Amino acid sequence: MIKKLAGAVREYKKPAILSPIFITGEVILDCILPLITAGLINNIRTGCDMSLITRDGLLLVLFALLSLLCGSLAAIYSATASVGFAGNLRHDLFEKVQSFSFENIDKFSTPSLVSRLTTDVSNVQMAFMMIIRIAIRSPLMLIFSVCSAIIVGKRLAWIFVGIIPVLFGGLFIISKLAMPIFQSVFKRYDDMNASIQENVKAMRVVKSFVREDYEIRKFEGTSDSIRGDFTKAESILAFMNPLMQLCIYCSTILISFFAAKWIVQSNATYFDIGSLTAMLTYSMQVLMSLMMLSMIMVMLTMSQASAKRIVEVLDEESTVKNPENPVMEVKDGSITFDNVSFKYSQAAEKMALSNIDFKIVSGQTVGIIGGTGTGKSSLIQLISRIYDVTEGSVQVGGVDVRDYDLDVLRKQVAVVLQKNVLFSGTIRDNLLWGNPDADDEELIRVCKLAQADEFIQSFPDKYDTVIEQGGNNVSGGQKQRLCIARALLRKPKILILDDSTSAVDTKTDALIRQAFKYEIPDTTKIIIAQRISSVQDSDLILVMENGRIDGMGTHEELLETNDIYREVYFSQIKGGDFDE
Amino acid sequence: MSKKKNMPPKPKMNLKGVKRLLGYFFRDYPVATVVVAICIILSAAIGALPSIYIKTITAYIEEGLALGFPAIKGKLIKTIFIMILLYLLALIASFTQAQIMARVTQGFLHKMRSRMFNKMQKLPISFFDQRNDGDIMSYYTNDIDTLRMLVSQSVPHLFNSVLTMTVLICVMLYYSIPLMLVMVFGIILMTITTKKIGGNSAKYFIKQQHSLAKVEGYIEEMMHGQKVVKAFCHEDETQEGFDKLNKAFCEDSTTANKYGNIFGPIMMNIGNLLYVLEAFVGGILVTSAGRIPNISIELLVSTGSIVGALSVPVVASYLGMVKQFTGSVNQVSQQINSVAMAMAGAERVFALLDEEEEPDNGNVTLVNCREENGKLVEVEEHTGMWAWKVPMTDEEFEQLKQAEGTEGSLYTVNGRTALVEVRGDVRFDSVDFGYVPDKQVLYDVSLFAKPGQKIAFVGATGAGKTTITNLINRFYDIADGKIRYDGININRIKKADLRRSLGVVLQDVNLFTGTVMENIRYGRLDATDEECIEAAKLANADSFISRLPNGYYTELSGAGANLSQGQRQLLSIARAAVADPPVMILDEATSSIDTRTESLVQKGMDALMHGRTVFVIAHRLSTIMNSDAIMVLDHGHIIERGNHDDLIEQKGKYYQLYTGSFEEND
Repeated sequence: MIKKLAGAVREYKKPAILSPIFITGEVILDCILPLITAGLINNIRTGCDMSLITRDGLLLVLFALLSLLCGSLAAIYSATASVGFAGNLRHDLFEKVQSFSFENIDKFSTPSLVSRLTTDVSNVQMAFMMIIRIAIRSPLMLIFSVCSAIIVGKRLAWIFVGIIPVLFGGLFIISKLAMPIFQSVFKRYDDMNASIQENVKAMRVVKSFVREDYEIRKFEGTSDSIRGDFTKAESILAFMNPLMQLCIYCSTILISFFAAKWIVQSNATYFDIGSLTAMLTYSMQVLMSLMMLSMIMVMLTMSQASAKRIVEVLDEESTVKNPENPVMEVKDGSITFDNVSFKYSQAAEKMALSNIDFKIVSGQTVGIIGGTGTGKSSLIQLISRIYDVTEGSVQVGGVDVRDYDLDVLRKQVAVVLQKNVLFSGTIRDNLLWGNPDADDEELIRVCKLAQADEFIQSFPDKYDTVIEQGGNNVSGGQKQRLCIARALLRKPKILILDDSTSAVDTKTDALIRQAFKYEIPDTTKIIIAQRISSVQDSDLILVMENGRIDGMGTHEELLETNDIYREVYFSQIKGGDFDE
Repeated sequence: MSKKKNMPPKPKMNLKGVKRLLGYFFRDYPVATVVVAICIILSAAIGALPSIYIKTITAYIEEGLALGFPAIKGKLIKTIFIMILLYLLALIASFTQAQIMARVTQGFLHKMRSRMFNKMQKLPISFFDQRNDGDIMSYYTNDIDTLRMLVSQSVPHLFNSVLTMTVLICVMLYYSIPLMLVMVFGIILMTITTKKIGGNSAKYFIKQQHSLAKVEGYIEEMMHGQKVVKAFCHEDETQEGFDKLNKAFCEDSTTANKYGNIFGPIMMNIGNLLYVLEAFVGGILVTSAGRIPNISIELLVSTGSIVGALSVPVVASYLGMVKQFTGSVNQVSQQINSVAMAMAGAERVFALLDEEEEPDNGNVTLVNCREENGKLVEVEEHTGMWAWKVPMTDEEFEQLKQAEGTEGSLYTVNGRTALVEVRGDVRFDSVDFGYVPDKQVLYDVSLFAKPGQKIAFVGATGAGKTTITNLINRFYDIADGKIRYDGININRIKKADLRRSLGVVLQDVNLFTGTVMENIRYGRLDATDEECIEAAKLANADSFISRLPNGYYTELSGAGANLSQGQRQLLSIARAAVADPPVMILDEATSSIDTRTESLVQKGMDALMHGRTVFVIAHRLSTIMNSDAIMVLDHGHIIERGNHDDLIEQKGKYYQLYTGSFEEND
């Protein structure tokens, strides 16, 4: 796991290595400083020799400046390294997700991917900074301080032998007790976030049913359980500070008593006042570095969960991969389904599609009709390899889709999805997704085809109208037409509309189909629809039921032969169908 | 609708929010605050003692060196004993403080979260229109986190450090004024550095927060549109856009962290230099043996003269105090970034808490009632019969009697209140409306729905159908005109009661985490299991529910993500059915149910609509045809109205829609 994450350090190796080196320097200097100070104090006390004091003083200044230099450089390098590392990590994750198949995305779920890219990366960044700064600093500090203390303090150093295990043991027990509670707190945070999100999304429902108070009560329950757990964890952690103080106080008192005794008894030969002050500084440093160390342990354990979540994404292999010698050209828009069966995941019990068998000639218009959940969308997603078949094969232009280069295939198979998404930016920006090189003339042409030009022209900024995040400032029908135009701009060999005119009125729907027929006659068109009127002119209509093809043929044939089709047809002509 | 609000681009440094926050804290936990403050004062005061203590000990040692250990043993032990006592006190103080803070901090955060959530529930729908979910979520995550740091870490640390520094300065002043002057120089140096670096650091930390929000926003948007990104082979461009934002964020973040990290070493080493300076000056004073005199209050106290020689123990303890002082300054400096972030956080939190709530001036309430001897009587239990309880004067009562739509309904006056039977008579009188002031959406809409009637709205997307229904339940308030409900102006009705009388089934179904049963019961919290199942049967949802793994007790995860859109719609119909309201609004309630299933649902829907006033928006003619009145909307105007046959006869827009023989464009 660490190896995987360390891969993101890349160009920041230099600062990542330099930072601990300078920190080492800083620590050494920090430890030498009290030694010189001890000399200085003794000189003041005994000699009153100003030249010696000056010498020590200058030495101290020099060391302080060096320490400043090391400290600052370490600070800068560690900032550069940790931020850069996190930046790379985010880049890697984002890149990885771009390569994911839909199956991969479904497996993680979008919100979880978002939080892995944001919160989890931040946590790991913190941990990384900790490691290259404090995790190096504290143990070093500990070792140096203990060594110096032994040199300066002689027998006094034994005090640490007593105190360090107490402190260390105490800190260990505290972290051990607090950790599991913290882990459950994170889980509860997830729950709370989920419930807030749910509430915000459903605000209209909440208000309609006047459930504000009910929601508040529900939320307070969740929030309060966080409070409870967090308080438990924090009140355990709150023992750290007093424990720390206890140890400092004990060592101060023990050191000063024994030091005083030994100095006087040995007549300042075994021990002197300078050593006493140095010892007190060291004791502070020893205990402080222990404290830091324990805090890092807690932090690192906490960020472990995040690291794990990140590595999970990085380790995930895309389930839809490019073949080794891909076919780089799609000959035509013919489509063949050869005894295709499909399920969404290996673990799924139920087949989403079974034994699908049909052929479409290039340039044909094909309608697909069927109830909710009968497999219409699953079927067309196999054509552009959004998912791969479980059994059988899908061929486009006479070649198995799995043999094509993915980009080549998807450029020729344009799908307008049921859930239309526009991105923030202008209408032009959004349309250019279809073809970045298209000029205005081309844009207007496809928008006219998709019956979108007229309403775009009615906006004050026309094609430069800004679409807000989520596309909330255009209506559902307008969004759908923009999405169709975007797909048309690709000049695909196969165009698939997955119920993508549902919010468009019947008349406009008819106009769009009309335009398709005359303007892009060579493109194979597959139309999934709920309305019979949208598909009845098609060359071929598939009737889906329970993941199987229940009937296949032209409108007239199906009216003759297919019960479901007939039933749907009569239920619709009874009233016709309106624009929404 | 109005533009999404963007994050304020300029980093602002403003302590107002932080002050207000501490005010809240004090009001929530006055006793705890005082106790904690006392504890901090105690531990800060005692924490500053070691320097004096060391001074005393060194003085004993000097004495001992001259007179031998036994001479000082008693004094030494006595001093140490006093120290132990003081330390014990400090320990108790710090323990108490830590334990109280651990409890109080989380309690306070819980209260703040609840305050925000409470507030959020009372905000108008337009608030939610203007913000994206991610932004709202970060109130509860990022912003609250910054407050946690502030309350539990920064404020106690700052308080403690400032106190320690004050005590130290006092002690220093007591022992030696010349050495203190050196200290003053150091303090000035530190202050300037703090201003310079600390200020920059804080500024960049806030900036970093803002660019982080941008990165998060981009990730959110692209992840949600991932399928489209893939379908258009747009991965590279998306990655490019991401890298740009990521890079900008990294730059800000690096700068912020550089300043943040460098601050500590600089402060520590200013401290080191100060230490040397003090040692040097002290050395000179000591070696001069009184020729360059020390000026101190201590001397005044002990010898009666303010001028005298500087002793070695004083210098030694002074040096200790310099170290401690630097340590405290360092502590302060480390809190600056979290204070800066808390400022940004507090500002956002209070902006939310200060949002204007959905106004509600209504005083008419909805009550259960029963008919007794030709009169309406208010009762507690659910009777399926409702009445408006209207406080009013006799004069107003007479007016109400004359009002349209109240004929025949029963009223009882008892004192100053009238009961008006809820029958579902809704009238629009020349209503104008726009979501934003300069963009009108509805023009002069007048319509009436008599009790039990079914009113349908048809028209192109954006014609204003949903808007009309949003006005009935007062998600938005009208600009001009009047809407009356059973003769009562809806502005007079309490919003909660108004909405309770209206059942809503929307196109986008929102379900909640919980069991299927709980989701149905959302319509009426006191409904029994049997009533819920009854409602599900009515909506034809029973058959698919019983096929779920645990039937009605199946947990819906991710707000019902494991159900198909059609199944979700069926559930939302059942949810409205269990509420049993007098008026129903069905906004594309069956759009995602295929025609075959719909014919199954239709029966349930018909049952649901029976005896109620219903407003229907649908694009399926079969849903609309049997309406009592059909309103054809176009660009916010009602252009045709009448029942199906009338409208067909008119051969207007409806006829064209119906026959699909539209020539001109909408």
